Amino acid sequence: MIQLIVFLPLLAAIIAGLGNRMLGNFVAKILTTGALFIACALSWPIFLDFLVGGQEAYVAPVFTWIASGEMDVAWSLRVDTLTAVMLVVVTTVSALVHLYSWGYMAEDPDQPRFFAYLSLFTFAMLMLVTSNNLVQMFFGWEGVGLASYLLIGFWYKKPSANAAAIKAFVVNRVGDFGFSLGIFGTFLVFGTVSIPEILEAAPAMAGSTIGFLGYRVDTMTLLCLLLFIGAMGKSAQFGLHTWLPDAMEGPTPVSALIHAATMVTAGVFMVCRLSPMFETSDMALAVVTFFGLLTAFFAATVGTAQMDIKRVIAYSTCSQLGYMFVAAGVGAYGIAMFHLFTHAFFKALLFLGAGSVIHAMHHEQDMRHYGALRKEIPLTFWAMIIGTLAITGVGIVGVFGFAGFYSKDLIIEAAFATDSELGGVAFFTLVFAALLTSFYSWRLIFMTFFGKPRWITSEHIQHSVHKTPETAEDATGGYHPHESPWSMLVPLGVLSLGAVFAGYLFYYPFGYAEEGEIFWAGSIALDTHLLHAIHEVPTWVKYAPGAVMLTGLAIAWLAYIKYTDWPAKFVDQFRVLHAFLYNKWYIDELYNAIFVKPAFAIGRFFWKRGDKGFIDRFGPDGVSALVASGTGVAKRFQSGYLYTYALVMLIGLVAAATWAITR
Amino acid sequence: MNQLGFPILTVMVLLPLAGALLCLIWPGQGEGKAGMARVIALGTTLVTFALGILLWISYEIGGPQWQFVEYYPIFGRFAWAMGIDGIALMLIMLSVFLMPICIIASWQSIQSRVPEYMAAFLLMESLMIGVFTAQDIFLFYIFFEAGLIPMYLIIGIWGGAERIYASYKFFLYTLLGSVLMLIAMLWMVQEAGTSSIPELMTYDFPGGAQNWLWLAFFASFAVKMPMWPVHTWLPDAHVQAPTAGSVILAGVLLKMGGYGFIRFSLPMFPEASAELVWIVFGLSMVAVVYTSLVALVQKDMKKLIAYSSVAHMAFVTIGLFAFNRQGIEGAMIVMLSHGLVSGALFLCVGVIYDRLHTREIERYGGLSDNMPKYAILFMLFTMASIGLPGTSGFVGEFLALVGAYEANSWVAVVCTTGIILGAAYMLYLYWRICYGELEKEDVKAMPDLSVRELATLGPIAAVVLWMGVYPESFLAPIRDDVGTLLARIEPANPPGDAQLAMGAGMLLEAEHGDGHGGDHGGEGTH
Repeated sequence: MIQLIVFLPLLAAIIAGLGNRMLGNFVAKILTTGALFIACALSWPIFLDFLVGGQEAYVAPVFTWIASGEMDVAWSLRVDTLTAVMLVVVTTVSALVHLYSWGYMAEDPDQPRFFAYLSLFTFAMLMLVTSNNLVQMFFGWEGVGLASYLLIGFWYKKPSANAAAIKAFVVNRVGDFGFSLGIFGTFLVFGTVSIPEILEAAPAMAGSTIGFLGYRVDTMTLLCLLLFIGAMGKSAQFGLHTWLPDAMEGPTPVSALIHAATMVTAGVFMVCRLSPMFETSDMALAVVTFFGLLTAFFAATVGTAQMDIKRVIAYSTCSQLGYMFVAAGVGAYGIAMFHLFTHAFFKALLFLGAGSVIHAMHHEQDMRHYGALRKEIPLTFWAMIIGTLAITGVGIVGVFGFAGFYSKDLIIEAAFATDSELGGVAFFTLVFAALLTSFYSWRLIFMTFFGKPRWITSEHIQHSVHKTPETAEDATGGYHPHESPWSMLVPLGVLSLGAVFAGYLFYYPFGYAEEGEIFWAGSIALDTHLLHAIHEVPTWVKYAPGAVMLTGLAIAWLAYIKYTDWPAKFVDQFRVLHAFLYNKWYIDELYNAIFVKPAFAIGRFFWKRGDKGFIDRFGPDGVSALVASGTGVAKRFQSGYLYTYALVMLIGLVAAATWAITR
Repeated sequence: MNQLGFPILTVMVLLPLAGALLCLIWPGQGEGKAGMARVIALGTTLVTFALGILLWISYEIGGPQWQFVEYYPIFGRFAWAMGIDGIALMLIMLSVFLMPICIIASWQSIQSRVPEYMAAFLLMESLMIGVFTAQDIFLFYIFFEAGLIPMYLIIGIWGGAERIYASYKFFLYTLLGSVLMLIAMLWMVQEAGTSSIPELMTYDFPGGAQNWLWLAFFASFAVKMPMWPVHTWLPDAHVQAPTAGSVILAGVLLKMGGYGFIRFSLPMFPEASAELVWIVFGLSMVAVVYTSLVALVQKDMKKLIAYSSVAHMAFVTIGLFAFNRQGIEGAMIVMLSHGLVSGALFLCVGVIYDRLHTREIERYGGLSDNMPKYAILFMLFTMASIGLPGTSGFVGEFLALVGAYEANSWVAVVCTTGIILGAAYMLYLYWRICYGELEKEDVKAMPDLSVRELATLGPIAAVVLWMGVYPESFLAPIRDDVGTLLARIEPANPPGDAQLAMGAGMLLEAEHGDGHGGDHGGEGTH
């Protein structure tokens, strides 16, 4: 069964990819989408079995991969609660995104390739979440990276798409640099790469030290931090986040599947999978928490100033991933997974909703050219509203709430309940980030669906209606946005259900100690003490997220509905701050100046000055100049001496050898 | 005799030689003779490949170390001594597998002096197999150095515009190394009283002499590898060589350096290897970073891949000198993988060079549109070069780096940056060739892969994936031989720098005495 779930998408990808235009669009679409729906249908029973409890974890072997001494790596598929959670997330969102793409990509000439990439991605992601050893996890890790690269650069004619694709791959490789070293180190320390064996042996290694680059450092801290660098790359944490917003160059379904719901959560998954290891190092956990809260804050601030609808959601994703890492960092791994689970539904919903808006607006992505779309595309509007209610965490304590209300609030409470200094910092930062989240989410809704239409200022719309702002009769330019086809609306509907109920239905197994112990069944480290403490935080802590959510909503309403001149005034007033946020804290510029440009400059220097100017000059060229003038040597070569020369060389060799032997 | 009942190794060495002669003496003129030479060459290489498969199948894993042994005394101590272990077997397989592909790749692109060209390639095959099978040190030397001659001719006659400079440079570098190596060999035979490689591999040379001998061999192998800073012949040689020449150069000739380290430097001079390991590590670390950065700024496709070869071969050297199983097995897989992948990448360059007659990257762009099959295969080989798991590139690099980390964390950290830089320059190359807008008229007119071209790239792609997903087929034959080598060199193994110490407090004190503990990197949990 698990074999089917994992390998069906691979098979579909290979057939659709190699068949390509020979098979035609329809066959490719039906094959890949069919495979994913089957995988999805098979995954839910596995998840439900674990939810009920009593299901044993198991490992389905496939065959040997790399066997070199103690390094014994097998292809195998591990199924436990943690895997099961990821299985349903990955297959469900992937199946829906496949279906959605029928509509969204309908006019693309290259559909089989697109669907093959999507299925290939799903296969790699499934290999990642079912891995029983670090090396197979790395296989999946790189596999999703490849698929992400291919899909970001899917429209390979656009230079910006190519640049974004390479950036995504290379920045992720920086993370993989850490991940690789983490694997090497783990193997050195534990003599194995099998995850269960490592986790079993990890507590005994706590407090030991190891040599690294001439220093002696705490073994477990070193290993966890190296592995965490990998997680930071894949999950776009501060410092290695720069690729994620650019990744929005890819088609929107890709953003929903890869850059929101699944791949970018792989880092969180990794930390949870290795949670007993991270538990052995408080230092490592503190670093995880710190980067989590920094990212949550940073991305939320940047999200408030962006104009591209997909970029707003991308920064929102980045920020929410920060929340998950804070949860993992304070030891609430189950809650990190809970937020991962609910976030997958509502963030995929938001992205697919945004895709529907973009589809309706003739590929315009800038929200400055939207407005008043509520009436035009009502179903999309309601889907986006549900997604926004879920991400901002709307709900009434003790009664009912949307998905994010449960998972996000649990993280904030967990940060408070840790009762440490860093926990306190995390608590306040996350509450502030929640305020910003509410603000930018509602800002997106208001700019897109409310107010007056501003469509004609968009070049895309101008192309469509063949008018310019001057010639158009009004701001709509006579353009009529159309609601998306059913293939796009059905996934929105299903994901809306998830965004509404995913939190409410699974609150107990994810959020409580007793139920959690049965549910997780030892697949992650569970701090029952913390889980109890979470539910005993002061009332004001419980209500704080709700209060800031309302505040954010109110500010957004005032600024974008009531007094629409506020944003412009604000920008005028705080020019520097706005530029800082709008330009994403200038991190891309910084990296360009300190990494990219120097790399090319140094490369050129080594080539011209090193190879040509030094090694060759004093090496072969110098020798030839000494022996004779360089041209003289060349001339002798040219004038037919080649054969003679070769012959002399051979005879010389044989003579030398003969002399040596017979002497 | 051996399990097959006939001297298969001698046959495999002599068969291509016979084919070469046949190509030259076949009667006829012009096109008729050229056509016949092509057929003879393809036939000979295919038969040799079939013999190679027979060799692999009948090679007994877990059997005696040296198999298919042949010994015919010629005169004095000099003997036609042949025999292989698993390491040689794998490298022979690589050579005989690439050879027919080279012939097919040259089918149309070589139009002048075809019989001579084919003869040069067949001679080359003979000598390559000879290098990996020779069990007499002088026989090895002859094969090893004579291998230069056909390569030298291939570059010098069928090469590009700057071929004279390139072949001169190629010759000069390799000559220097080989003279030193010959002197060392003479001394060794004198000292040990035997020229048999297996016997020399177990002879304990005096410690003082080992360093000098090691350095003499190193001069030769480092050039062949090539290691920084004696690598500058490689980009020029590649750029000027015809496509198939580059394939053999990258695919097999570079592996002779690695083979030399495994066969001579490590087992014959274990103490010197341990003592001078810093040279290898130092040069390899420089090579990875330096050549990767240089590759990033290349404008010529072949130069870019040539520089990437230098970076990849550095993984071989760090793996071999890591003194542990993962390192050495990884180095072997890197050699095999790099032989396939860089060979395939040069073929990919050849495919489009044949159409547009330029290697300048800027002249291409958007090939995914009109050459989709090409784009897929090129992507696969690009990913294999980057070391994506699931391709052969990953298995080797991963194991080599695991081994290197055990030996020295600095080496692992510096060389692992290669995975970042490698991705950058390869993907940047792929972008400029295959992606982007297809706008140049002459590029638009380029047809997709022909059946002949698919026949060259397809088999390599299959093996690259095979080696990536199930490397056991390639690791099993070398396992015992690496074990034997390890048993020989282990006593000299220098301790790694990543020593684990339990119970932080007490042992940390002891470390202070060594002058390590003073600067504490990461604050632990104690």
